[in-house]
Amino acid sequence: MSTDIEYKKVFGWPESLKHNPTHYCPGCGHSIAHRLVAECLDELGLREKTIGVPPVGCAVLAYNYFNFDMVEAPHGRALAVATGVKRVHPDKFVLTYQGDGDLAAIGTAETIHAANRGERISTIFINNAIYGMTGGQMAPTTLLGQNATTAPGGRDPHLHGNPIDISRMLAVSDGVVFVERCALTSVKQIRKAKKAIKKSFQCQLDDLGFSLVELLSPCPTNWKVSPKDAWAWVNEEMVKTYPLGVIKDTTGYEDKK
Amino acid sequence: MPSEKMLMNGSQTVGEAAVRAGCRYYFGYPITPQNELPEYLSARMPEVGGTFIQGESEVASINMVLGAAAAGARAMTSSSSPGVSLKQEGISYMAGMELPAVIINMMRGGPGLGNIAPSAADYFQATRGGGHGDYRTPVLAPGGGQELVDLTFEAFDLADKYRNPVMILGDGLMGQVMEPVVFPDLIDLKDLPEKDWALRGCKGREARAIFSMILGQKGELYRHNLDLQKKYDRITAEEQRWETKCPEDAELIVVAYGSAARIAESAIEDLKTEGINAGLFRPITLWPFPLPALRELSKKIPKVAVFELCLGQMVEDVILSVGERAEIYFHGVPGGIIPTPAEVAEFLRSTVKGDGKVGRRIEV
Repeated sequence: MSTDIEYKKVFGWPESLKHNPTHYCPGCGHSIAHRLVAECLDELGLREKTIGVPPVGCAVLAYNYFNFDMVEAPHGRALAVATGVKRVHPDKFVLTYQGDGDLAAIGTAETIHAANRGERISTIFINNAIYGMTGGQMAPTTLLGQNATTAPGGRDPHLHGNPIDISRMLAVSDGVVFVERCALTSVKQIRKAKKAIKKSFQCQLDDLGFSLVELLSPCPTNWKVSPKDAWAWVNEEMVKTYPLGVIKDTTGYEDKK
Repeated sequence: MPSEKMLMNGSQTVGEAAVRAGCRYYFGYPITPQNELPEYLSARMPEVGGTFIQGESEVASINMVLGAAAAGARAMTSSSSPGVSLKQEGISYMAGMELPAVIINMMRGGPGLGNIAPSAADYFQATRGGGHGDYRTPVLAPGGGQELVDLTFEAFDLADKYRNPVMILGDGLMGQVMEPVVFPDLIDLKDLPEKDWALRGCKGREARAIFSMILGQKGELYRHNLDLQKKYDRITAEEQRWETKCPEDAELIVVAYGSAARIAESAIEDLKTEGINAGLFRPITLWPFPLPALRELSKKIPKVAVFELCLGQMVEDVILSVGERAEIYFHGVPGGIIPTPAEVAEFLRSTVKGDGKVGRRIEV
């Protein structure tokens, strides 16, 4: 006679992710970010009421991987599209998932004004300091000295301008309640990122205002380094321009505890 | 119950008609000469539980419309020529994604900032897609007044029927002039057609996405474009609208739309006293252009006088319609000047005499 053993599921495939292999390059941060978003949606029971807006960029095909409703936006317009969706369905959960070119270059106006209106939207901002999908051109967030196909010899502030810290810019607006910058390049940071994403989602559920989580994300392909070196570059170089941590938090969540 | 007769300017008329047609979401950016429309809706939308947002740009506004349309609502934006150029990005995406919405263009003089006086120089942009890609949007050209009400209702119905953006092409004159109008009762939103494709969260069904990027290697985009073309062919076959006011013994047909048609009508009336008998053919859909109807009419009356508030855009559709079958004369007035009926009458006299003093013969 066998003994009944009670098994507890401790790890599995999130329901908010489809069983499709992604097209992302080896070492890319998108797959990790997708997984974190999916886990948070599952844990908060939000999948069936979520409408997501992907960017134009490497994650434009995110609807092949995310298992919830999604609507594509023109390049940079994710937060304008999301505003339209959220105003029609204030009872649904609306998120945008955007890269640095989408959110901080071509979509700067849409980003700032949706945030400033305090739209009840959660934004996941993937900052990899480069244009991935188009093949390694300079991003608004490209570091000084960093090579890009349109900044040969490295980004020169006199020629190309400075890396933009859009998260810090957004934080000054009263419509924004929570901004945190995490990285996808260490287990500790990935766990932090998940907590931040979940908190951002909670801001929307509690009708507090706009929130954003910036994720420093490796792009070994366009940085032309190995995945291992890409992680090291984020942790040693990128964090100097984009320091990790909470940039703004007026949620009062911790105070309540 | 329909409303009492009300005196409103054209922009406000469109705003009220949109609300009564079930539009609860308006997104727009100020631009003269149509500011009365967003101003009106900023007060009116909250009364019916609707949403008004003054976007940070025309680009943002049209993309808010895109989002609201994907979410299943009747949504609208309005602008005037330079602003409508900015909206073309979103219109192209909505055409590709097959999303219904209504876009109002109260045209002003261009190119560039031009001026704020009425014009009809956006005909090409409106009727040829306007943005990038192989697409069309139905374009309704009201003559003003009550037709602004009727065609606003029609625009929302057509948009939903074909899942396609629809444009109403008015001009600054029409937007400003006050005319008496009667509104149908508010549509009960529950009576609007069900949109089973809209995004409301995937409870009880598979998750789905609405997108325009079609990367497949097996001709997916090719097939998508052929499907869109089939839809445009269906619209062309079924949705042509026009008005003909043409006496049996007319010696020429005047082709004009919108405010130009109103001016032409006065000129035609004035010429009767001189024994010049002209008819009016007024396209109401500019795309699809009522080509067969005009062709048929030109068989009886083979002299066609085209009058436009621009230097010659619709005339190309007239050439496509009647080509070598008819004598085509054209007179156009560029943006910034509102021509008088007397000027149009001069053109029509010239056309009858063939003296070439006002307007010119189009050699095909």
